[in-house]
Amino acid sequence: MSDTLLDVDDLRITFPTRTGLVQAVRGVSFSLGRERLGIVGESGSGKSQTGRAIMGLTPPQAEVSAKKLAFDGMDLLSISPRERRALRGNRIAMILQDPKYSLDPVMTIGRQIVETLRTHEKVGKTEARERALAMLQAVQIRDPARVFDLYPHEVSGGMGQRAMIAMMLVTGPELMIADEPTSALDVTVQLDVLNILDKLVAERGMGLIFISHDLRLVSSFCDRVVVMYAGKVVEQIKASELRDAQHPYTRGLLNCMPKIGFERHPLPVLDRKPEWAA
Amino acid sequence: MTVSITVEGLEVVFDRFRALKGVSLELREGESYGLVGESGSGKSTLLRAITGLAPASSGTITVNGKTLGKTRDKAFYREVQMVFQDPYGSLHPRQTVDRLLQEPLAIHGIAEGEKRIERALDEVGLGKGFRFRYAHQLSGGQRQRVAIARALILEPSILLLDEPTSALDASVQAEVLNLLEEVRRRRKLTFLMVSHDLAIITHMCERLMVMQNGEAVETLTASQLIGHRVSEDYTRNLLRASEGFVRV
Repeated sequence: MSDTLLDVDDLRITFPTRTGLVQAVRGVSFSLGRERLGIVGESGSGKSQTGRAIMGLTPPQAEVSAKKLAFDGMDLLSISPRERRALRGNRIAMILQDPKYSLDPVMTIGRQIVETLRTHEKVGKTEARERALAMLQAVQIRDPARVFDLYPHEVSGGMGQRAMIAMMLVTGPELMIADEPTSALDVTVQLDVLNILDKLVAERGMGLIFISHDLRLVSSFCDRVVVMYAGKVVEQIKASELRDAQHPYTRGLLNCMPKIGFERHPLPVLDRKPEWAA
Repeated sequence: MTVSITVEGLEVVFDRFRALKGVSLELREGESYGLVGESGSGKSTLLRAITGLAPASSGTITVNGKTLGKTRDKAFYREVQMVFQDPYGSLHPRQTVDRLLQEPLAIHGIAEGEKRIERALDEVGLGKGFRFRYAHQLSGGQRQRVAIARALILEPSILLLDEPTSALDASVQAEVLNLLEEVRRRRKLTFLMVSHDLAIITHMCERLMVMQNGEAVETLTASQLIGHRVSEDYTRNLLRASEGFVRV
């Protein structure tokens, strides 16, 4: 790929625990252009930690190392915390799972969006408000002026997640990391939110990392899928070729979900092999 | 065919909010019945009203021929048990599995606890080794197995399942669903199962009710749903959503 946005080579994240060091991520490598990349795995597979390391949100006690962790040619591991802060929320943005917990409960939605914008850009109050309202409009909130003055607890989950997307997009990031952005939402609302995300990512030519445990959802949304198991990448595959996945873990994940119109009793379960984690 | 649970015109009101607006339902013995809908549709409230965890303001609930009043007696809970959504929240964090499983036996004054606990753990595929562990020493799937063991230890005839797998990974979900099917077959249980996932409901249940805003939208058989023979737009939307994301 000619314009590589993000280059990850041999990323490792180690947590100290009472019983010794635990490697949550063990040598993950991938690169990302202006495309949609899905990272799929079970809880504990290291998918969220991978996303957090790119964002620079790894807990301080953990250690991150990599042969290369570069965003747009910049080495993320060697730049100063100050430079990192300038990137975070500006050129790299992140959407988290549950708007109930990731929005500030004592600040109106509008103020939170304005705060993000004014942290990164020198804009006046009036202009910031206008841009926040335009952004709320862009995520298909019908009455932006009303929602602007609401607190997070006054809106539904779907609305909260849209507000979060608005907040993350207002600075015009080049890379968006979405960590389970729709898992806390109802199925019908899920599709609305995904449609908005899809449209905005395509319009703005962003790179997107979509982290999820739902392989089927990811494969319908992304161009390429990275499958993680026990801190490692077991398979990288084009979403359109997922049917021909080679690794038994990927196949098992695809198979084990009940599907409307396919009667299978009992459901096939994953037969975990120790060598997958080796 | 014997009727296991009948619900007629059930209303549940919290302050001024009507969570259930006159819902009726008939569950045959040995059947597996599903409730589907988005959050706030009242599907969990219906389960909670049956067990007595939510106050019914009007309507009747009849279980195995007995009409229920405001309170439930012990005999009711020997027949009806519930498994909750979140295995992280429904097990006591400072009690061992053994202690958790003894609780229902102590309440109902059942002797030979020793044997029952061993059998219950065995039945849900956990060995004796798990008996003296705490909830935090178990994975999500193992916890849900303990919750199922706790529900089964009184040998009920009806199991109420409130999103039993939504907090679990897909691969673990398959294991728990298989386990539920197996115990149902072995013990001839009646299931009333809540889920927001149509695929799970069609996999597990023969009949289902789609709910929205505290009301029944429509009642279907699983094969009607599979064949897309549905009459309401809301159900059609749910079906479309369950097929995953489609770029427009």
